[in-house]
Order: sequence, then C-alpha cells, then structure tokens
Amino acid sequence: MTVEVDAAVAQAFRDEWGQVVATLIRITGDWDLAEECAQDAFAQAVRNWPRDGVPRRPGAWLTTVARNRATDRLRRDAVGAAKLREVAAMPPEPYTEDDSGVPDDRLRLMFTCCHPALALESRVALTLRTLAGLTTAEIARAFLVGEQTMAKRLVRAKQKIRHAGIPYRVPAAHLLPERTPAVLGVLYLLFNEGYSATAGADLVRRGLTGEAIRLARVLAELMPDEPEAVGLLALMLLQDARRAARLDPAGELVTLSEQDRSRWDAAEIDEGLALLDGALRRGNAGQYQVQAAIAACHAKAEDAADTDWAQIAALYGWLARFVPSPVVELNRAVAVGMAAGPAAGLDLVDALGATGALTGYHLLPATRADLLRRLDRAAEAAVAYREALDLAATEAERRYLGRRLAEVTAGSTP
Amino acid sequence: MNYLLMICGDETTAEHADDGCGGWSEEMEARGVLRGGAGLRPPSDATTLRVRGDEVLLSDGPFAETKEQIGGFCLIECADLDEAIEIAAKHPAAAYGTIEIRPIWQP
Repeated sequence: MTVEVDAAVAQAFRDEWGQVVATLIRITGDWDLAEECAQDAFAQAVRNWPRDGVPRRPGAWLTTVARNRATDRLRRDAVGAAKLREVAAMPPEPYTEDDSGVPDDRLRLMFTCCHPALALESRVALTLRTLAGLTTAEIARAFLVGEQTMAKRLVRAKQKIRHAGIPYRVPAAHLLPERTPAVLGVLYLLFNEGYSATAGADLVRRGLTGEAIRLARVLAELMPDEPEAVGLLALMLLQDARRAARLDPAGELVTLSEQDRSRWDAAEIDEGLALLDGALRRGNAGQYQVQAAIAACHAKAEDAADTDWAQIAALYGWLARFVPSPVVELNRAVAVGMAAGPAAGLDLVDALGATGALTGYHLLPATRADLLRRLDRAAEAAVAYREALDLAATEAERRYLGRRLAEVTAGSTP
Repeated sequence: MNYLLMICGDETTAEHADDGCGGWSEEMEARGVLRGGAGLRPPSDATTLRVRGDEVLLSDGPFAETKEQIGGFCLIECADLDEAIEIAAKHPAAAYGTIEIRPIWQP
C-alpha cells in the first residue's frame, strides 16, 4: 500500500509539478511563493494520501492545496495583502472530480522561462526548476556547476522576469513564429545534454533526456497546430529509441552502423514515425521535422547497408535551408560519402575544410579520416585520426577514435 | 512599466545623425507610449564629472571610450517587455545601431 502511494506521489510529481507551479505563478505572480507552495502541497500529499487514498485527479488536488497554502501565507504577510485581494478576485477553482475547463498554465510558463530576453543558460535552468521540478542541486549537477552558482543564476533570472516586465503569457499569434523556436531550442538542448552524457556521467544528467521528452510531449499537446513542436517530440523519440544500443557493455560508444538494431526501442520508433507523419502532412516543415525525417531514415532501415543514404543526403540539403551551418554541411558530406562513395564525400569535406568554418571541431578530421580509411589511404587516415583525437571532447569519443587509429595503423604496417 | 530606450551606435552610424525617426516618434506619440527623448551630440562633446571630497573632477569625453556610444534616448511607458521590444524594433536606429531596453527603477 505505502509502496503504491509512494509511486503515486512520485508519478504525480512528474506529471503535475509544472502545472501546479504554473497555476500558482499566474494566481500569485510570485515565482518563489509558487514553488514553495507547490512543495508544501506535495509534502501534504505524502502525509495524507496513505491515510485518505490517492485522489482521482491528483493534479487538481495538489493545485487546490497549493493555492490554499498561498492564500494562508499571503494573509499572514503584510505585503501580501494586495496580492491576496487579487487572489480573492480570481474566479474560484475548487477541487472537483470533473475534468472540464481547467486552463493550462504550463504553456505560459514555458514561454516565459524561455523568453529570448533571458540568457540561454538561465532559460534552461528555469525550465528544469519550474516546469520539471528538478532541485537547484540537481540542475547544478546536471550542468557541472556549483550549487551556489546555479542558485544565483535562478534568482537572477526570476528577478529579471519581475523587474524587466517579462510577461507571463503565451505570445500573441503574430509573435509565435519568432518565439516558439526559443522554447523548442531549450527543450532540444536539454535532450542533447542528456543524450551526449556518457555511461559514467551522473544519473541526473542522463535523466535530462527523459525530462526533455516529457516537456516536449506537453508542448506538442498544448500546441497541436505547431508541427515543429510535434516534429521535435518525434525527433527526440527516434533518437532516444537508440539509447540502449549506443553504448556497449563496457560503456564504449557504438556507431550507428555498428549498433545492434534489435536493441532499438520499437515502440518509441513507431510513436516517433507516426508523429512525424502527422506533422509533415501539415505541409509546414522546419528544422526539427527535417531532423526527425533523417532519424526516421535510420529507424526504418533493416540494417546499416539498407539505409537510404541518398534520401538522407537530400534531407541534409533541405535542413541547410533552415539551419545554414557548416555542421549540417559536414553531415551532408557523410551522407554523400555513403550514397555516392567516399571520394565524393571527401571532396565535400575538403571543400568545407578549406573554408575554415570548422577549424578545431573534432568531427571534421574524424569524418575525413573515415573517408580516407574507406579509400584505403591508411597513412593519411592515421594523420587525420590523430588530429581528431587531439580535439575530441569526451573520453568515449577518444577511445573510439583510438580504436580506429589502431585499425588503420595495423593495416598499413606490413 | 516604464523603460528607457538607449540608442547606441559606433562611429559609422554618425551619418544617420540627421535622419530623424522616420515617423516613429509621431506614431508612438499617437499611440500614447512616448514620454520623452532626444538625440545626443557626439561623445567628443561630452564632459564627465565626479566629486571626490570637495573637488569637482572633470574629464573630456564619455564614461568609457568604447566603440558603441549612446546617440539618443527615448522614455516609453507600455504594458510589458514584449511591448517595449515591439516599440524598440520599430525605431529606425534598430536597423543600423543597437537599442538597449532598460526598465526604469520603480520603488
């Protein structure tokens, strides 16, 4: 029984925290008070639910308790009097057992947390704190900074929202095209932080993928007319589906072509493909839908040899129209190298290298090395692998490049 | 909310000094958000002052010899930062210089 109730509280925390905080911010206008009252409501759930049972709609129960708590605290507080009058003037939201007409404040909270007037690192931290319910200590751990630093960052961000007059609302329709990418960008950054974390990395850091997917799901649900929100969710699911196959039992990075595809999560792939189909049918593509389409090409291939590289190369060409970036061009070169042969890929990589745009980026020499290896130019490949090794950021990448280097040098020595 | 729009530019934007605001001021006044403002003579005409002890210390030039200098300012009153951003983005100087939006201190 207690185990079940504990699980119900944990589930409610994951599902409802953002909603409770978002509602309380709207009602009180006070971010700190909102967080504290949400915490109090969850503490009360831990005390009451074992005795009274889990309410049928935990979110409504928690919001009501948090709201009452806020009213109590404001009543005791002299400066809260004015706020309290506003709270009292709000239409009552009594706890009821029906599901009708409760407005969703999470979308406002997402747009406010991800407002472009805030620094990117602040947007990320605020989103994790207020929407996902991570503690300051957890966020600090996930981003490898001290807890004091992260606490200050959160305080400063909340102060800026208040003092600079960043509104707590979903932007008007004509502003959505310029504001929505900021929200999508923060969620994708969260996902990538977790996805790129290595096996030895902190669990909180690895858990960021799950938080990002949960938030992207909420966003896609709340913005059903925004195909990019759906595209982002599809992209995350299609990438996350490969999670179990990305690292071998020793924690080594396994390349896409060498992954055991039976270990890919078929349910996540199916959901991602279905979401992507629905989004693309709306005929309003963007960078996340195109990236998801690329991930879908891999997901649909029976094995590495079955991959439709020509299609992927074309998709990278399309992606470059939304995201003109040398990294996208490098990926296109890889795809061309697979579709039309390593010599064609190498031409593109060398042209890209000549621009100097990717100087210092380890994947440029790593890609070059790989193409040279496939062209049986082992000595040149070894030079490029060594160059990549010097630049690689993570241990897992360095080990992978080291293995490749050993292969080409073994092959070239008689 | 009240905001100060500080219009900044480097020396290459000096050529716009006589441009005026292309109807921006008229539009914002009609909208009732403009509370004041002016264009400034160049930083070479600036005098900077400090009082230390009983001594008035003067120096020639602006606070700091940076590339970007304030060339003008506007005081606006509007609903929130999003409206301030919308107003600032319409200012012709936004297209060649930089506009800093500062909330005015409210006790």
